[in-house]
Amino acid sequence: MSTTHAPETHAPHDSHAGPHRNYVKIWAILLGLLVVSVTGPMLGIKLVTLITAFGIALVKAYLVAKNFMHLDIEKPIVHWMLVAALALMVLLWAGVAPDVQKHEGQYWKKPPVATHQAPAHDSHGGGGH
Amino acid sequence: MSDVKTIATQRSAMNIPTGRLAVWWVLVSEIVIFGGILASYTMHRMAHADWAEQAAHTNMWIGAFNTFVLLTSSLFAVLAHQAAEKGNGKKASRLLWMTIGGGAVFLTVKSFEWTGEIRHGFTIQSSGFWSYYYTAAGVHAFHVIAGMCLMAWVAGTAAKNQELHRVENVGIYWHFVDIVWIFLFPLLYIAK
Repeated sequence: MSTTHAPETHAPHDSHAGPHRNYVKIWAILLGLLVVSVTGPMLGIKLVTLITAFGIALVKAYLVAKNFMHLDIEKPIVHWMLVAALALMVLLWAGVAPDVQKHEGQYWKKPPVATHQAPAHDSHGGGGH
Repeated sequence: MSDVKTIATQRSAMNIPTGRLAVWWVLVSEIVIFGGILASYTMHRMAHADWAEQAAHTNMWIGAFNTFVLLTSSLFAVLAHQAAEKGNGKKASRLLWMTIGGGAVFLTVKSFEWTGEIRHGFTIQSSGFWSYYYTAAGVHAFHVIAGMCLMAWVAGTAAKNQELHRVENVGIYWHFVDIVWIFLFPLLYIAK
């Protein structure tokens, strides 16, 4: 019987779960940021909502990528791969956004779109009203 | 003749384990998938102010609870990786099952949430917003299910102290799924 052994054990230099990382503390910080992102919109100020919701989402994503995915000590090739993927996303945005967000251009105009009226029920969604 | 088949496990040019490099390649393709969904949602949302009225019907507290669940499951995943690094496969396996439990809670909450929304008439055909809502959250939920299946498989081998490097690989995937939700949460539940 043939067995496959993958001796892919990490050499000491390749260790990613450094003993100095306090994962529970990072998790607690993430939960604190979650609380801020939920309470921010309660102030009813649009700018504060944008900052607390999307700004904090960026911080949370950074903390998870850096500390849980260990991106800070990952090999450069991985960074380049991720940068390339994100650049493609920006390219998509730049190429498509004008067509989506503008309603008319030099030689074109979007016809009005018939919209469906989705039912509105006040009793649904405790946090959304 | 040896019954051990050697496979390539280290990319010499890049000095990175093959399995981990493969996971990152998967994630790069996932960035294009989710990036496309999120970018197109954002540009449509900015172009249609009336979408905010529809977004007002999503329940922020359910979204926040699910964010808490996924962040906690990510903690379990990284602790499993830490245990695997120390050669403690049984502990890694136990923590992976706790991570799977987090995924199960997430999906259960999501199913109740969707049931309520569909009962109130908010279906995938209701409007552009709901179409994006179900597509984005549905694709994400599919990734949660895939991650849970992979994690169950890895937990099985880790419990026998075998292939412990896979604990990190599956963890990286799970953290990515967590990051996607971190962005979906404000887009679908907070911005109203």
